[in-house]
Amino acid sequence: MSSSEVILRIRDLKVVYLSPRGQVKAVDRVSLNVFRNEVLGIVGESGSGKSTLAHTILRILPPTARIVSGSILYDGTDIIKLPEREFKNIRWRKLSLVPQAALNALNPTMKILDHFIETGRAHGLNDRRLIMERAKELLELLRLEPRRVLNSYPHELSGGMKQRVLIALSMLLEPEILILDEPTTALDVLTQRAILDLLKEIKDKLRITMVFITHDIAVIADLADRIAVMYAGKLMEVGDVYTVFRRPANPYTKALMASIPSLIGKVEDMKPIPGSPPDLVNPPRGCRFHPRCPYAMEICKKEEPPTVELSTGHIASCWLYVKR
Amino acid sequence: MKLIEVKNLKVYFTVRPSIFSKKKIVKAVDGVDLSIGEGEILTLVGESGCGKTTLGKAIAGLVKPTSGKILFKGKDLTELSKREFLEYRRSVQIVHQDPYASLNPTKSVFQILSFPLVRWRIVKSRSELRDKVKELLELVGLTPPEEFINKYPHQLSGGQRQRVAIARAISVNPKVIVADEPITMIDVSLRLGILDLMLDLRKRLGTAYLFITHDFGAARYFSAKGGGKIAVMYLGKIIEMGPAEEVIFNPLHPYTQALLSAVPVPDPEISRKKKPLKLRSLDIPSPLNPPPGCKFHTRCPYYMSRCAKEEPPLIEVKSQHYVACWLYVKR
Repeated sequence: MSSSEVILRIRDLKVVYLSPRGQVKAVDRVSLNVFRNEVLGIVGESGSGKSTLAHTILRILPPTARIVSGSILYDGTDIIKLPEREFKNIRWRKLSLVPQAALNALNPTMKILDHFIETGRAHGLNDRRLIMERAKELLELLRLEPRRVLNSYPHELSGGMKQRVLIALSMLLEPEILILDEPTTALDVLTQRAILDLLKEIKDKLRITMVFITHDIAVIADLADRIAVMYAGKLMEVGDVYTVFRRPANPYTKALMASIPSLIGKVEDMKPIPGSPPDLVNPPRGCRFHPRCPYAMEICKKEEPPTVELSTGHIASCWLYVKR
Repeated sequence: MKLIEVKNLKVYFTVRPSIFSKKKIVKAVDGVDLSIGEGEILTLVGESGCGKTTLGKAIAGLVKPTSGKILFKGKDLTELSKREFLEYRRSVQIVHQDPYASLNPTKSVFQILSFPLVRWRIVKSRSELRDKVKELLELVGLTPPEEFINKYPHQLSGGQRQRVAIARAISVNPKVIVADEPITMIDVSLRLGILDLMLDLRKRLGTAYLFITHDFGAARYFSAKGGGKIAVMYLGKIIEMGPAEEVIFNPLHPYTQALLSAVPVPDPEISRKKKPLKLRSLDIPSPLNPPPGCKFHTRCPYYMSRCAKEEPPLIEVKSQHYVACWLYVKR
């Protein structure tokens, strides 16, 4: 990593959703640093808390969500406690989101041009010419024809083009941090590859920090500098991308990697993780992965594992690494 | 004799892009030949819009072909008697992508599974019915069956629902299961479990599979583990077909090469060294207006003048390895 300045410091974050059955413990005491100009990949299955974490950072949680405890420090201030009026100056200008194009992130009745203008206005940028200039520059960076795309409606664009428009929109106000929530998930292989390559280019050309959220660990293997693995609301492992892939420490990380049907390795070595992810209203006691873990010991069923630093920057939450 | 043979199958749909324009034809499946033998595995892989789902539906008897033939045990589907056609419909079952939509939310697992058993008179009595349903649940790994039999779909996880859908498909002793993206909506860690279950059922019951997927990793896993084939589709055509590992590790068609070089792999070193094959154009041409000749020529990096004029035939280049590309035709 070029620099190790922490740009976002998440501490002890706990977020729940209120449901008729009880509290859904979506993110449970997660602490994580994001470094300036890095690409941090956050991997997890559905229900792991990865999207809740992203939505908490951007303060776009649904009304049923409650932040129970914890802090997110950005530039010395806890953005959780900031009044909405002040946070508005940060959202999109400093921290912005690239949503999944498939999830109707664009307004079907508005031309792409108007999306740029409205986004600019909502965040205090009223100079139409400046917005146009910036939009053109960004669309060109993303290999789109500005003239054609700006005058199109969303339905006239392909999935890959829409996703590129969303990336351009998120960068309109030159944010410091981009949070990408499954930006390639519903796309075809070739389109996905093109988007990943463009993100790599953006990373090399511009000074920008990216938090890339995905359920597919293979997608971030070639883009991420570091990887954080989440399971059932807990952070299981964090480390440099090479370390996590080569020497995964947490049994969950190992099992997750073995469960991907991949084009490399032998098919005989690939296998599913037994059991299924837990119910987050009543998560298992102790380590949340213990019912599915091949190395589960007595203590794993009773007490939550502490976070252990295995080498510089490589941490895992697992009793296997606690000397007793 | 092959269980299912498909000969020059075409399925066209008429569409009207807007109310003012003329009707147009989408050639969803445009001249496909394939066969599936008893207990064989064939995986169809391709991007969205390539026609793989339509082909699967046509084989399952859910979509009427525009032309061409589908033979079941050597007999043309259109020439089957009503009774034989029912037999065909029972023999070819389909498992859909979305287990949240394919199971009736108001019916219990018992009701869902008993319906086909009663409909096809596979069980004779009420007590036999309960035993048979339990046996099916055990077969698909939902054990103990008592725990699942009275549950409703919303009480099950995605993986469990898909297991119920598979149990329903095998309940009538089909010869072939058309599995259309059966793991796409399942949690990552459980996906291989569903594929393993399907392979296990094949071992026990001898079921053949037409597995449809957009995911090359899943295609490789299922076909390689089951000793089957992979067929790659593009704009309604099969452009390459062969034994699983052969297609994955020695792809011949430039389109297959491009796709395989673009698939992300879970290894930072290998993925950073990968050089994706650059295409001349990123976007798939509209299926309303496919290019003449080889349908891939507008994107192909190895394009020759012949490619725009004549459509290449699917020929056997190596043992069991077929490709439709002029690069492999000696002149």
